[in-house]
Amino acid sequence: MSFYLALKEVWRNKGRFLLIAAVVSLITVLVLFIAALSEGLASANREYIEKLNGELIVFQEGVQLSTTASRIGRSRIAELRRVDGVAEVGQVGFASAKLVPASGDGEFDVSLIGIEPGLPGEPAVFEGQQLERSRSNNVIVDEGVIARIGAKVGDTIRLKVTQGTDEEFYDLTVVGLTDRRQYFFQPAVFAPLLTWDKIRPQGADGQPAGELVSNIAVARLTDPSNLEAMADKIEQDVDKVEVVDRQTAWEAIPGYAAQQSTLSTQQFFTFFIGVLVVGGFFQIQTLQKVAQIGMLKAIGLSNWTVGWTAIVQIVTVNAIGVLIGAAGTLALTANFPVTVPIMLTGPTALASVLALLAIGPLGGIVSVFVLLRIEPLRALGMAQ
Amino acid sequence: MIALEAINVTKIYGTGVNAVTAVNDVSLSVNRGEFIGLVGPSGSGKTTMLAMLAGLLSPSDGQIMIAGKDIGRMKEGKRTKFRGKYIGFAFQANNLVPFLTAQENVELLLRLNGKYNRQGRQRTLDLLTRLGLGERLRNRPGQLSGGQQQRVAIARALIHEPEVVLADEPTASLDTERAHQVVQTFAELIHEQNRAGVMVTHDLRMCKYTDRVIQMVDGRISRVIADRAEILRLAGAADAMDGHPVPTNGKPVLAGDPIAAVHGI
Ligand SMILES: Nc1ncnc2c1ncn2[C@@H]1O[C@H](COP(=O)(O)OP(=O)(O)OP(=O)(O)O)[C@@H](O)[C@H]1O
Ligand SMILES: [Mg+2]
Repeated sequence: MSFYLALKEVWRNKGRFLLIAAVVSLITVLVLFIAALSEGLASANREYIEKLNGELIVFQEGVQLSTTASRIGRSRIAELRRVDGVAEVGQVGFASAKLVPASGDGEFDVSLIGIEPGLPGEPAVFEGQQLERSRSNNVIVDEGVIARIGAKVGDTIRLKVTQGTDEEFYDLTVVGLTDRRQYFFQPAVFAPLLTWDKIRPQGADGQPAGELVSNIAVARLTDPSNLEAMADKIEQDVDKVEVVDRQTAWEAIPGYAAQQSTLSTQQFFTFFIGVLVVGGFFQIQTLQKVAQIGMLKAIGLSNWTVGWTAIVQIVTVNAIGVLIGAAGTLALTANFPVTVPIMLTGPTALASVLALLAIGPLGGIVSVFVLLRIEPLRALGMAQ
Repeated sequence: MIALEAINVTKIYGTGVNAVTAVNDVSLSVNRGEFIGLVGPSGSGKTTMLAMLAGLLSPSDGQIMIAGKDIGRMKEGKRTKFRGKYIGFAFQANNLVPFLTAQENVELLLRLNGKYNRQGRQRTLDLLTRLGLGERLRNRPGQLSGGQQQRVAIARALIHEPEVVLADEPTASLDTERAHQVVQTFAELIHEQNRAGVMVTHDLRMCKYTDRVIQMVDGRISRVIADRAEILRLAGAADAMDGHPVPTNGKPVLAGDPIAAVHGI
């Protein structure tokens, strides 16, 4: 009975209900876009760290987990490798460079990441080879670079680095391609650490004691089940280091947390507006139907039936709106290039869609209670 | 056989100084196949009485018995179900579901009572055809005239074969001719199908289709007219005044008649 009445009413008043479904679908598009943007920006920021093939990240102590400020030297790496339970440690250094495409114009920023071939920190390639020698001009590039310049295995890419006041150019050979590994919003170029050390902008601080210094170290553990205990153990065994898991590391990327909370606030407010709009719509509908509902109750429809009818209606109309909106957004975002930080992943989309499906029931709850309280006596134009 | 019975029913609205006794110790009974007209001046308690007979309002005192059950004592949920099964309604306004067709409006009561089957659908078609709506089955209320809507309401009030059929001013929005048609068919069907019918009306002309006229004044039954000749005389007198029992020349038309008297004649 509830389904019959609810769907008949929607069907016979298609225009009106389509309008509210359209509003819901626009809200869906907005919420999903914000979600996609937030996911896209987040992953542009953290991709590399998130996908690291080591469980723990080692920073210099007292730098607030800043990869730029952190310095980890060769001697410390040796100590790290001696800690019980640590399987492998790789040194990783970050720098920025400009990639100059063959055509000469349209140069863009890349993260130049120095890694130790074969050790944690080196991304797995999906085409070509890993970096094998530590003193070569070979590099691996990520999808961000591939998407921008169409890089292939065997191509030569040119990096421009500012050394002091001079611009220096370095030609490097692409030997491997890896998936998206952006770091700090920049597509990534991976070079052997020694090569990286040569190319990167040489800071004023230079090389203490001639030692090869990177920013962080990545440790792969023999048993990754208890990260916290291992992190504590490493901090005890090795002087002047701070050890965290990957998530803590990426959340410490400058601006990451602030950006994410801004976007989720926006998302929440859009969602909230949705609840109010849908709620308002159904409330107005309900108030217009008081006499009719009184009549239905008088002729024998139970409160249950009346309440369910409203819920079925709200849920259906809301779901239609969310479906249209979600399908539209998916179709749109699927075709965005890697260069746009819009990314709708399964879990994010699913979480948002589930939340959006709740807009109707949340907004409609007041109307349902109003409906339940209408007296059948209204049918006779009376009220108690 | 008594289908509907009110036993010493009283309804008091409000409490203390605000208390209004709308219905005061009223007893009445309606047999199967009997059609009652409930009349009386404005504020005399007709709608209140009907609401109690319908199980929409609980009496302050007394009992309302339908099919041997005291509906005043029922819990709301049970009473709602009871209404759907044992009572048919035709109201003054907001009678029909606006988004359902004439046919669907009638069938709603079949669905409600688990009688929505081929036989029930056939009866719906027959009844609506009988009421002159054979061509209007698929029209929605908004596409029907007031008289047609009222006839759909009558079909809906009868389709589920209820014990009792109640109508509150069913002709209020109709012109004289339509009003006569509607009430006449209503009366016919009530008699044919052996239902107990009660109709509240302001229009005394409509009493000519009823078997008994019960007149209320100040919450009490002031007079009952069961005599056919007297009912016709009353209706005829009202007809002479075009349904409005207000004398045009300032003189009483039916001097001594209590119904006329309370209507200010
Ligand atoms: N909800 C209420 N609260 C208080 N008093 C009420 C209420 N409903 C009706 N009354 C009073 O009860 C009395 C009877 O009202 P009722 O509506 O039953 O009269 P009626 O005979 O149907 O009148 P009318 O012919 O004008 O429709 C009136 O005095 C009215 O003011
Ligand atoms: Mg009334």
